[in-house]
Amino acid sequence: MSEESIEVKRELVLPGDLIAEGDMRPGTGAYAQDGKIYAAQMGIKNISRNYVNVFPLKGHYMPKFGDKVIGIVEEMSANSWLVDINSPYPAPLHVNEVPWKVDFGDTGKYLKVGDVVLLKVAGIDEAKHVKVTMKEQGLRKLTGGSIMEISAYKVPRVIGKGGSMINILKEYTQCRIFVGQNGRIWIDGDVDGIALAMRAINMIDNNAHTIGLTDRVREFLEKESKEIGILSKEE
Amino acid sequence: MGMKMDIELIDKNGLRIDGRKPEELRPIKIEAGVLKRADGSAYVEWGKNKILAAVYGPREAHPRHLQKSNKAIVQVRYNMAPFSVGDRKRPGPDRRSVEISKITSEALEHVVMTELFPRSSIDVFIEVLQANAGTRCAGLTAASVALADAGIPMKDLVVGVASGKVDDVVVLDLGKEEDNYGQADVPMGYIPRTGEIVLLQMDGDMTQEELFKAMEMSMDAAKYIYGLQKEALRKRYEMIAREETEEIEGVQ
Repeated sequence: MSEESIEVKRELVLPGDLIAEGDMRPGTGAYAQDGKIYAAQMGIKNISRNYVNVFPLKGHYMPKFGDKVIGIVEEMSANSWLVDINSPYPAPLHVNEVPWKVDFGDTGKYLKVGDVVLLKVAGIDEAKHVKVTMKEQGLRKLTGGSIMEISAYKVPRVIGKGGSMINILKEYTQCRIFVGQNGRIWIDGDVDGIALAMRAINMIDNNAHTIGLTDRVREFLEKESKEIGILSKEE
Repeated sequence: MGMKMDIELIDKNGLRIDGRKPEELRPIKIEAGVLKRADGSAYVEWGKNKILAAVYGPREAHPRHLQKSNKAIVQVRYNMAPFSVGDRKRPGPDRRSVEISKITSEALEHVVMTELFPRSSIDVFIEVLQANAGTRCAGLTAASVALADAGIPMKDLVVGVASGKVDDVVVLDLGKEEDNYGQADVPMGYIPRTGEIVLLQMDGDMTQEELFKAMEMSMDAAKYIYGLQKEALRKRYEMIAREETEEIEGVQ
């Protein structure tokens, strides 16, 4: 996001609110009617260049090209798996899109129902048919650890500016954490560490919109991690 | 409707049975985001009506044959609690609630941007906890607040409001007695900004002039209720928006 758009006052808009007139174009969450632009969603108004956008406060995850998501295998067939990616649309994962050589009918040998996988959205068409892939570095089956779910719109908060929040979480809990764009979070490490990370993430989820959250989370983690006895690497 | 009774619905001073003027609404209270587990919700108190609306979705439409390949479907369930009326209401869908569900769904489909979510379903549940005439309008009003609360893209909010004819007088927002013993009831779904009518029914009869006058009254009242709807949503989310000072997009 550009510097100037951060300067703009955060304004709550509701469906049907007039948000711009004249030489502007509707971006996401906005529509034009009779040369005027109205909000199509409840959210925060944002102007960048000559586009007026509304960033939603709530809603379901909608798959976007290039998103890294955490999926749960729902169904198997002879040459594909059906993966739930926490969106209204389930994603079929074809055997050609996995890093293994899978024989016809042998899908169950590699991924079973209930397995958790880290995937990338490789395509989505107009009818919202999603294509996902596992054929990229870093994408894999996730074993061990725990999964938790938050709203997809709060994912940026858990990551923080330039990864500040996620780094704090990793540092104090000594856990491996991955945040999927679809709001699923995978945490692996010591049991106490996982429990602490979950509490911290719930704290972020419940206070996602408050000021100085990063500092408060750091404070919370500092205090709690000492009590539990998790040592961060620096100490 | 139309039953003759001895009770006087409009008194000598032109006031109604509950002391309202002909063009006066019952007191309305709207609250947004009252349920934690639903994606969006709203609670409306409209006179003695108490209505809860919850929205889920967009989510996968089941059974699959209901899915539309080019747009989302809006499924509405209007339901009255057994304790919502004087005599116990037999639970379950009946002719009336199936009809109200259908017309509400059609009214909402008009504003929801269904084309953004092909093959999915947006489910709206309207629960009438206490009924006192005008529940379909109050339900529609609550449902559109709940949809906005769920963050579902929609062109505008819909307002439901009724007017009718009682003792030969055109009145706004009929109460229980006026509904039961009056001459006509005209519920309407209206979008104040564009002037679109998304729902219009009439029970009983009135002349064309009377109908136009009733609709005119409803439209004026709708503008006021529209304000209440937005105020409810603002009240719930204003703080969140104001405190949203940190970056909106983070990159991992």
